[in-house]
Formats: sequence, C-alpha cells, structure tokens
Amino acid sequence: MTSETPPAAASAAADGLSDAVPIPPAEPDLWQRLRSAYRLRWKRRRLLWRALRKRRQLRPVADRTGDIRPDTILAMATLRNEMLRLPHFLDHYRRLGVGHFLFIDNASTDGTGDYLAAQPDVSLWHTDASYRLSRFGVDWLTWLAMRHAHGHWLLTLDADEILIYPHWQTRPLAALTEWLDDRGIRSFGAMMLDMYPRGRLDAQPYRPGDDPFETLNWFDSGNYMIRRQEPMGNLWIQGGARARVFFAAQPRRAPTLNKVPLVRWNRRYAYVNSTHALLPKALNRVYDQGGGEALSGLLLHSKFLNVVVEKSREEKARKQHFNNSALYDAYYDRLIENPDLWCATSTRYRGWRHLEAVGLMSRGLWS
Amino acid sequence: MTVGIVMLVHEALDRAEQVARHWAGHGCPVVIHVDKRVKRGPYAGFVRALADLDNVIFSSRHRCEWGTWSLVQASQSASTLMLASFPQVRHVYLASGSCLPLRPVPELIRYLDERPMTNFIESVTTQDVPWTVGGLDSERFTLRFPFSWKRHRWLFDRYVKLQRRLGVKRKIPDGIVPHMGSQWWCLTRQTLSAILEDPDRPIYDRYFSRVWIPDESYYQTLVRLYSNNIESRSLTLSKFDFQGKPHIFYDDHLQLLRRSDCFVARKIWPRAERLYRSFLTEGGQIMTGAEPNPGKIDRIFAKAVERRTRGRPGLYMQSRFPHEGWENGKTCAPYSVFEGFAELFDGFEGWLARVGGARVHGHLFAPDKAHFAGNQSVYAGALSDSAKLRDYNPKAFLTNLIWNTRGEQQCFQFGPRDRQDISWFMATDPNAQISVVTGAWAVPLYRSNRNFSDIRKEAAQLQKIESAHLDILRSGWSKARIRIWSMADFVEAPMEPLQALVDDLGIRQKPRLTEAPKLVDLSGFGQFLQNLRNQGMHPHLMGDFPVNNDPVRETDPPRPRPYVVR
Repeated sequence: MTSETPPAAASAAADGLSDAVPIPPAEPDLWQRLRSAYRLRWKRRRLLWRALRKRRQLRPVADRTGDIRPDTILAMATLRNEMLRLPHFLDHYRRLGVGHFLFIDNASTDGTGDYLAAQPDVSLWHTDASYRLSRFGVDWLTWLAMRHAHGHWLLTLDADEILIYPHWQTRPLAALTEWLDDRGIRSFGAMMLDMYPRGRLDAQPYRPGDDPFETLNWFDSGNYMIRRQEPMGNLWIQGGARARVFFAAQPRRAPTLNKVPLVRWNRRYAYVNSTHALLPKALNRVYDQGGGEALSGLLLHSKFLNVVVEKSREEKARKQHFNNSALYDAYYDRLIENPDLWCATSTRYRGWRHLEAVGLMSRGLWS
Repeated sequence: MTVGIVMLVHEALDRAEQVARHWAGHGCPVVIHVDKRVKRGPYAGFVRALADLDNVIFSSRHRCEWGTWSLVQASQSASTLMLASFPQVRHVYLASGSCLPLRPVPELIRYLDERPMTNFIESVTTQDVPWTVGGLDSERFTLRFPFSWKRHRWLFDRYVKLQRRLGVKRKIPDGIVPHMGSQWWCLTRQTLSAILEDPDRPIYDRYFSRVWIPDESYYQTLVRLYSNNIESRSLTLSKFDFQGKPHIFYDDHLQLLRRSDCFVARKIWPRAERLYRSFLTEGGQIMTGAEPNPGKIDRIFAKAVERRTRGRPGLYMQSRFPHEGWENGKTCAPYSVFEGFAELFDGFEGWLARVGGARVHGHLFAPDKAHFAGNQSVYAGALSDSAKLRDYNPKAFLTNLIWNTRGEQQCFQFGPRDRQDISWFMATDPNAQISVVTGAWAVPLYRSNRNFSDIRKEAAQLQKIESAHLDILRSGWSKARIRIWSMADFVEAPMEPLQALVDDLGIRQKPRLTEAPKLVDLSGFGQFLQNLRNQGMHPHLMGDFPVNNDPVRETDPPRPRPYVVR
C-alpha cells in the first residue's frame, strides 16, 4: 500500500481509491477482539445471573406454559395498566401466528391482570417489585425466556409496539421464521417508528380494540441518524418525531429506535438494553455492511395515543423510566403540554410497501 | 399414453399426499420416494393415507442429503420402478414433494403428447452456466468431495483448497461431456430407460457418486448420450437465489404463478393454503394452451437478488449500513454545492432557482440552523433545520436530504463560515458537484461596518478554514466534480463559468443564460485587501486584485446591434 498515511477523516476516501475492489476498513487486531469477546461473555453471564436472582420477584398467576409446542412462536412483554392497548395488541399478534404469550403484570390497577389471566393462550406472572431495578423489566423477561423460550422464536415487545414486516398481511410469522431458519439467521431487526396523529395528541379518541394506526397515521420518513456501536456491533438509530420535537437541543438524549425484537432464542442469550441490543453480539448483526439490504421490519409505536398526556404525568411522578429520570422531566413536561407532532412534511401511513419505498424497511431477498 | 410422476419427498407429507392425490386422480401414475430420514411412524401414516390409490406406489428408501449422490439414487430407484410398473407411461416427470402443478393435468398430458419424443431437461455445458454458487462449476467434475458441505463446511473448503494446490484432477469417463442444469426434468421412456439400462452405468454411477451436487449433472450429462431431441429447459418453475437456496412461493404469489403459464412450480411454502386450494381444485386452473412464460417471476426474483446484494444507492437504514467504501453510491443522486457565489452575487440563490430549475437552499451547514429553501423549518422527510440535530450527525443529515428529495436536484451554499465536518464526505462523493470561488468570503467583511481589527481577525480565521477545505478538495481522495476559481479570475469573466455551472445542473433544455446575477460592487475591494496586508495578514485565496484599478466588470458585454436589412 502507499507509504503515506491519509488523514483520519480520509479513511473513507482511501477505501474508495479503486472502484473495483474497495478495501475493507481496518479491523481491530486479534488481541482486542479476544479481549472484547471475553468481556462480553462475562457481561452476558452477569445478566443471566441477575435474571436468575430476580425470578423470585415473579409470582405465577396463570401458568399455561404446558400448552407450548416445540414450534410455537412466543411473545412476551412486561405491562403496567395497558387495558387500552391490549385487545388490539393480542388481536394483531394472534393474527400473525403467535401461539403463546408470556406476560408480566407489573402492579397494574386497571384490570390488566384479570383480563390477561382469562385469555386461553396467555401465561401470566405478577410482580410489585421495581420496574427500574429490574432493568425496565428485562431481568424478569430474561428469566421467563430462559425458562420457557429455549429453542423457540421469541418476540420481546412492549404493549405499544406493533410489529410489521414485508408481506405481513399475507405471510404469517411462521413463514418469516422458517425462511430465516432456512438461511441460518437467528435474529430479525425491526426499528421503532413513532406514529402520531395530526393535531394535538389528545384530540383523537381511541376505543380499546381499534387499530391505533387509524388515527396515529403519520410518521417522519427521512430524518434518522445512524451509527454503528461497539463493542456489541449494533446500530444506534435515533431520530423521528421525538428527536425532532423534543430532543432537538440534546440529540444525544433522543430515544434509541433500533430493536431486535424477534430472536430464535437460546437460554444463554440475554438482552442488554431493552431490546435494542443483545448478547452474543452476532445477534445484533441484522444489517448488511456490503451495500446490500437485509430483510427488516418495523415496530409501529402507538405511544402517542390520546392517553399519553395523562400517562406522562403519571410516569413523571413514578420516576421509573430511564437511568436518569430528572433529565427526562423536560420531555415529560412537553408531553403533558399536549403538543402537536405533525408537520407539513410528515408522511402518511399507507402500508408496508410504502414504508419500504421510503427506505424505512426492506424485503431484502424475501420477495 | 400418459405421464408418470416420480416424487421425491422429504418433509410436509400432508402436502405431498395432497399433490400425489391430484396427479393420481388425473390418471398419472405416481412413484414416491420418501427420504429415509422421515421417521417410521409418519412414513407409515403417509403410506396408509395413499393406500386407496392403486396408481400410487412407493420405492425403496434412501437417506437423502442435499448435494450428494443419494438424491440421484432416490430418483434412479423410483424411475426404475415407474418404468417397470406402469407400461402406459411415456414421459417421466421428476418432481419434489413441495412442487405444485399450476395447470390442469390434461393440459400437461396433451402438451407432452404433442411432443412424444422430446426430453425436457435443462442441460448446459459448464462454461455456459452463470448460476453456480461458491465458484465450483467445472471443478465439480474434477475434484473429490468426501465431506458434507452442509455439516462439515470447514473440511469441505479445506479439502477443495488442498486439491487445487496439489493440482489433482479426476478423470472424466470417456465419451461424456459434463453438463449441468435444473434437477427437475421430464424424460421420455426411451431416453430414461437407456440411461438406466446402459451396460456402462456402473462406470458412470461410480464417477458421478463423487461429483459435487450430482443431481444437477447426472441426467443432464447422460441424456446427451442417448437423445438428440432435447429441449434444454425445465418444465418446473424453480428459482434459486444467490445463496443457492430456492425462492419460496407464498399465497401472495397466486396471480403471478397463474400468469406464468408454467406447468409445475417449486418451492411452495407448505402452509400456503390459498395456493394449494386454488391450484389443486378443478376450475382453479384455467386451460390456456400457452407456452410457459416465467419472465415476470424471473424479473421479480432478479430484483430481489439485486436488492439483497447491491441495495438502493445512497440509502442508509436499519438493515443497510454499508462500510465506508462499500456504499455503491454515498448519496442517491447528484447535488451541487456552491461556495462563494452567494457572497459575490446579490440574490444568487433566487437567480439560480430561476435559471437552473433545481431546488436551491441557503447555507445548509450554517452555525445557527440549516437554511432550507423557502426558509422552511422542516424540510422533506421531516428533516429538521435544527443545527444541533444536524451537527450531531452531519453525514446522516446530508444523505437524508438527498434521499428524501430524490427526483429533484438539490443545490446549496457552503463556505468557511459553515460547519466543516461534512467536507470530507462531500469531497469523496462522486455525486457532489462542488464549485468554489476562493476568497469570496472576504466580500461580506469588506461590506461590513465593523472595526478593522475584528475584520482582520475573522479574515485570518476564515482564510485558514477555507485553505483546509481546499486541501481536502484537492487531495488525491476526492471524487467529487470540483471546480475552483480564484475570486480575481472569476470576477474578470463570470459569465462563462456560470453558464457551465447551469449546464451542469442537468436540466433537459440547456438555457442560454440571458439573465446574469448581479455582481456586488467591488470598487475598493483591492484597497481593502491591501489594508489587510498592511495589518500583517496575507490574504492569498482571492488571487491578484490590483490595489487601485478595480477589476473590469463584465456584465453581459454589449453586443453590436445586428444590421437589419429592410
């Protein structure tokens, strides 16, 4: 190679010296890689151990896990007062072909617990322990996954996340997971897409069971900021309506949108930070680095239903969110003000083909 | 005369049963080979389920593994049984359990009856095959493959490498020329029996049993020995992606499959209820009499491969985040960057928008905010004008802007007063057209009403920033289309470069510039530069401005009135 060293910022240019054979960027050396791998291994073990200890906080309410067959696709979530969203949530995922739900009810007071306990395909646990100290429910979920999801395709969700993927109306989840299995792919990425109404947030009424995206039918199509993160090799995606409206002054604090919600689970796996990243790190490679597009989906985010204004007031008081609640007070204050997230260049939701056309998800090879 | 179906079944026995029943119900004898890896219980159930049909029989079972000889053995024993048991069969059709007949069976029979001696088998010499995966084409026939590719990939690869290094080559039996093609064929009794009953068959079998993926080459090669009547195409629609996996058909492919006019398609997703229901019921299939025409399906799958391997240029998203240098287009469309022009001409942006027909932004990377065209606070794709958001990831800002406005060329102003982080990215982007009038940043200083010491300080700073920027543009790594003029040169004759810039904007009808932008008044600018020099600064980026003689300004030079002959 040339003897002169290009300036740091020019590495991109150096790679482009010849069009035919681009030179891949320098990899960290073997020693660094081994050290990082060793650290991550221990991190994963710590997380698993943590989950194992937290299992005592869970009290089974309805245990129907005996119904789980070897090829059942599972979904799990930690919930608190989600009666409003649950009917549509269950309906959507049942239609996609989720065979069994594992829920943790974190001290709901609106009847969520009773409602779920009565569902035939739901296993329910209850806890009053701290959501924050359980790493926002992840410790509990890790335990349930370890116990019940080994070898299954597992969806880890929040109640306000609705997964869609290419062809989702005509191909059930099993079609997707079998296709991934065929190719030896163990994880499936789906970015969170903040959906919002036109007008003030509480202006649109919502009845349980309705499709929330009848009213939350706008999104930001092209303002996402992506970087790659080490040591776990995941992408860090920020942007969308929340970054634009609430975090323009502190972009670093803008919510993380990348997620890996669907994984062919193994009891040794562990989510690190919500479902944004997990270990082992190979599972975070849901993107292509050679210029091609991998198959991906989207989690339509129904956070901004009319109740968000009321809920924000509650959340702010509970201080159970994020590591540093005080920093997010301003965010909650803005939400309590009942803002309008819509702008003149918002894009209307017109189905997955349109979402693919604007470049938010991709069919990849799955035509 | 009829067609006999040899069916290789590995999984989804219920679907295989449904399809076998369909064939048999239309008078086509079926011989089924079930993979030995299928457990005894399900196998027995499968046999029982088809026991009521006397033209469905089962051949002896082999343990099948992808890419190995066992698949050929399976088809050999099933074909032998077919020829021996059903004398009325003239064509034998090799199908799998996940094949689905798309057209009425009588139509297939008629089609074959009209071509009684034709063998439908894709058979191409190795030089002509573009679709082999893993770079093994002619080497399939000359190397040995004792290790399973699926289970012992490492050993497989090592052993191939070793043989290459040692230069070992197997001898191809006399008289055969290796051919390859789709493993799904339809052969005449005459040809198939000649292959199966050839006295030399042990020699061929021995050879092919160690060839890589012999089910794609055994019949395809031997058929050339016994028949001249070969249609080198498969009657089965079966598409493979670049990883060598079959594309799978789902319910939403129904119309596509209908219109393909192919006789049989694979691979069908076993739970594609609608496909099985539509194609296996009478009336669901329409007699068309047309030749198979899988062109549209080919295009769709070719597009999928293109998307998976090359992607959409200039798109950065959750499942496409290329390494630097692997982007296949850093941005998705050409855009123009103007440096110094807005300082030199009053109303340059408005003028450019008028003559150029492109979208003209102000300084997108200004420190206060992104100055979008029309002073919009949120631009296409809900891109915010917040400087903080933009500076948090300038590359994302620019690539997003270009992506969000695809179909319309973007122009924006840039200069040393702007955030410089994006410089390298633009300079190395072949889509960027960067035009610079160096030193023009001094004009606003010259026109400002500020203390000279402040002006001098700022001038020095701006000159330093622009120098660094120019170094980047002039570096060996830059790939943008770059034009640089010194201010002195430019001011002397601005029309020619302006015309070139407008021409570059890529509008269809290249307008002859009739309207020039208004150059700011530069009288005294030479003296202003001299004052900077007198203060100890060295303004060099402007070029040579004479101290007293203000440069001759070229407005559209007055043309002599043409003679008009009355």
